[in-house]
Amino acid sequence: MDDILIIGAGVTGCFIARELSRYMTKVVVLDKENDVGNYSSMANSAIVHSGYDPESGSLKALLNVQGNAMYDRVCKELDVTFQRIGSLTVAVFDEQLPLLQELVKRAAINGVEVKLLSADEVKAMEPNVVDTVKGALYAPSAGVIDPFELCVHLMENAMDNGAKLYLNEEVVEIRSFGELYEVRTKKNTYYAKYVINAAGVQADFISQTVAPKTFSIAPRKGEYYVLDYTQTPLVNHVVFPLPSVLGKGILVTPTYGGNYLVGPSSAIIDDKTDLSTDVMTMNEVKKSASQLIKNIPWNKVIRAFSGLRATPSTHDFIIEEAAPNFINVAGIESPGLASSPAIAKKVVEEFIAKKIKLIPNPNFNPLVRPYHRFKETSEEAWHQLISKDKRYARMVCRCETVSEGEIRDLLNRNCAPHSIKGVKKRVRAGFGRCQGGFCAPNVLAILADHYHIKVTEVPYDEPGTNILKQPTKEVGE
Amino acid sequence: MSKEIICTVCPKGCHLSVDENLNVQGNGCIRGEAYGKAEATNPVRMLTSTVKLVSTKMVRLPVITSREVPKGRMFDIMAAINKVTVKAPIHVGDVVISDVCHLGVDIVATRTIEE
Amino acid sequence: MSKLEQRELIIIGGGSAGLAAAIQAYDEGVRDILILERDEFLGGILNQCIHNGFGLHEFKEQLSGPEYAERFINRLKERHIDYRLKAMVIAVTRDKIVSYTCEEDGYVQVQANAIVLATGCYERSAGAIAIPGDRPVGVITAGQAQHYLNIDGYLVGKKVFILGSGDIGLIMARRMVLEGAKVLGVAEIMPYSNGLNRNIVQCLIDFDIPLFLSHSVSRIVGKEKLEKIIISQVDANFNFIAGTEKEFEVDTLLLSIGLIPNNYLLDNIGVIPSKTRGAVVNEHLETMIGGVFSCGNVLHVHDLVDFVSEEGRLAGHSAALYLAGKLKKSGNYLKTIPLNGISYIVPQYVNIDNIEDKVALKFRPVKPLKDIWLITKIDGVVVKKQFKPYLIPSEMVDVSLDKALFHSGNQELTLETEAKV
Repeated sequence: MDDILIIGAGVTGCFIARELSRYMTKVVVLDKENDVGNYSSMANSAIVHSGYDPESGSLKALLNVQGNAMYDRVCKELDVTFQRIGSLTVAVFDEQLPLLQELVKRAAINGVEVKLLSADEVKAMEPNVVDTVKGALYAPSAGVIDPFELCVHLMENAMDNGAKLYLNEEVVEIRSFGELYEVRTKKNTYYAKYVINAAGVQADFISQTVAPKTFSIAPRKGEYYVLDYTQTPLVNHVVFPLPSVLGKGILVTPTYGGNYLVGPSSAIIDDKTDLSTDVMTMNEVKKSASQLIKNIPWNKVIRAFSGLRATPSTHDFIIEEAAPNFINVAGIESPGLASSPAIAKKVVEEFIAKKIKLIPNPNFNPLVRPYHRFKETSEEAWHQLISKDKRYARMVCRCETVSEGEIRDLLNRNCAPHSIKGVKKRVRAGFGRCQGGFCAPNVLAILADHYHIKVTEVPYDEPGTNILKQPTKEVGE
Repeated sequence: MSKEIICTVCPKGCHLSVDENLNVQGNGCIRGEAYGKAEATNPVRMLTSTVKLVSTKMVRLPVITSREVPKGRMFDIMAAINKVTVKAPIHVGDVVISDVCHLGVDIVATRTIEE
Repeated sequence: MSKLEQRELIIIGGGSAGLAAAIQAYDEGVRDILILERDEFLGGILNQCIHNGFGLHEFKEQLSGPEYAERFINRLKERHIDYRLKAMVIAVTRDKIVSYTCEEDGYVQVQANAIVLATGCYERSAGAIAIPGDRPVGVITAGQAQHYLNIDGYLVGKKVFILGSGDIGLIMARRMVLEGAKVLGVAEIMPYSNGLNRNIVQCLIDFDIPLFLSHSVSRIVGKEKLEKIIISQVDANFNFIAGTEKEFEVDTLLLSIGLIPNNYLLDNIGVIPSKTRGAVVNEHLETMIGGVFSCGNVLHVHDLVDFVSEEGRLAGHSAALYLAGKLKKSGNYLKTIPLNGISYIVPQYVNIDNIEDKVALKFRPVKPLKDIWLITKIDGVVVKKQFKPYLIPSEMVDVSLDKALFHSGNQELTLETEAKV
């Protein structure tokens, strides 16, 4: 069996790995970060778009709609939190109404069910929409998802079914080596017959190691606010403004976890590692959002963050064989998340299947071991859990009600977390209003205990990013 | 040369000026005058810290100086505190270091840890 | 199996407020009391406040935090009051059913006849003020750093800058220096410090740590680990003034930017919070839910633990009265309204029929004021006029009003400041 090496464990790489693990294949996944889904895949709007927005006839349009439809099954099998809450694309000026009509037409061509709503209908669905609302496009198939869970559970399942994951591996060079590719990282060298380039913002660099430059990937930054839960809902659906050349615009959405996202901004930057936020942009986000939704409780902000979209110079997804047995899956910007199940299917069926006879893996198990989440478990069932493992009785995170048992469980699975942030992404400990004030020391202690390392060696994210620098009173130690 | 001192006796925080002859100006009351004189001649502070602790659950024991110590000696006292390891059981008021730095001041436990 | 056990009084939180409430309720005859504490120890935040200055009113002594806590814990233990540690209360219903989880009991629901909320407060985080720049490791709240330092024995960094000149930030400046770190400065967004002068002197001036008033952090730099921070002066609207940047190379930014009542249990069941983000209460500290009382930092953030204990006692006393059927709600309510110069008032309502002998109002001024009249009016008539040489936002003040000042039918009580001319 020949190796298939996937570069990048973002949502694209994770979906492809899982897809390939259905067959008798040897899959190796490399990522430069200390966790899967640790770059663009963890800093986005977490929306599974319906698909009316992409230009008709584009790969984006095709794969968005196909991918969207696949999510119910994927999330059921992988125990990922996904809610089809629907989206509203809102017109706030009369001049925008013709654009709404355009979107209806586009939806029809793309194969997306939508409905045009009057101002009153919008107000009934979203009481906090601005008073100047003129109408909206309602797309019931849009949903919100937990993108962290998605990447982790995909990879967990892929690994359960035989795939291998190597983190902290940054690819620096790729060369042909006879029939194989020699993939050199900063630490190791890997050999594989097939390489799949799912390297996100760095996909152009990776492609150019083996093929002439035919596209570039520009990092397009989006800045967001995260707002805490509100007693009465701020919005019930994903609320978009009308799209523009810059993208879908600054939206207001509930998240899978019950809090809210406001953003993203859109600006091409130079530095592919620049994830900073700035005052001017954040003020723009506030201003734009306020033109869509009134009464946004800005005093409930608990976090600001930014992410980079991998924007392709070709304006569409790039799924191609760049060199023999070297497949680019690049430029996966919005609607990347929604499209990714379909992208993976396409890569496997239209590219890999043409090169390898794909024999179904008889031991393939599509399901992850179910996760126990306090908020979703009945009182009876939780009590049962505690009688088997007392650590489920100890709440380690107050804001998100996460028990020690749940964290220990993560550490006993494939694709386990290696950092405080890794735990946070998987069970939300630290995502709440106190932002880790209560839970961080507990999570730190659990990680140190499990990995048999000192608390000063537990990283927050990348290796070396430990919160605790040194014990006090070193004198004489 | 006068010393500029902020009075800490009450929240008013009067800005005091104390000259070489210990004349105090800027005080809003007599307590401030006394404070100014004391601060200018021999500033003292209470020092609180922790010492290493051996016990089942805790690794640090909070401690305090039994009375105020000269401000200039705080780091010497810290050096002495840092060398000590205490074993449980230990009770509030127990002397952890006697006559620290020969200042006639003890370092005393401020928490009871039974085991 | 989960069971609907019955308990007379459940106290949520075993810190200074909860301990005082429990002891008081017990001393007034309530015997079936259960304290639910989420941490490994009773005492709450006092356990990590190893500095002294606590207890001047309560004990006429200056104690450290752990000593103060221990005095109350000992009183609690003498009375054999029941408590659970590492016990997290998940929810409280309007019918006073408390769901909690802990090792001894598993996940249980208990029907309480009365509840005292004493869950303290949490720190405002970096995210909440959306500091521009990167989001590296090294940015942490002062209280978290204090826990790691005083309880766990670890330094979070060696070169520190502090944002916020409230007492927690100042105290941590001193602690970090004494344990071997360098503190390069403290920035405070207001034109005045919120900390006690004693702390300005003993934590900053003593160690030559500069204080930058009207400044805040305008940028955090460091992709994974903090490398430097940039502070800028702010204008009257708290916007950064271009050209006033100062850079500091640090590995740690400690944040002391505010405390918020940890009122999630009431927030989660739709009880509308007050201006302080704690519960709306009456003179007996009873919330809008009959038999549910709130005290301590979860009601409004305090600066002196002595007043927290006093408030805890009032809550315990009120719970005891309630359990004895002696605290009836009547329609005879007056509302307290903060006016000129006053930020908020607790309690927000006074049930005139239930006043015992006094009503204690607690408030904070909006900004520092000197030489002013503090005027209390009921239905427009001045009932108390006090001279205050100074009022500062970081110092909570109480106004005690005699029962005789209130009459049936009174609707409004206002509190305001007026410059003394």
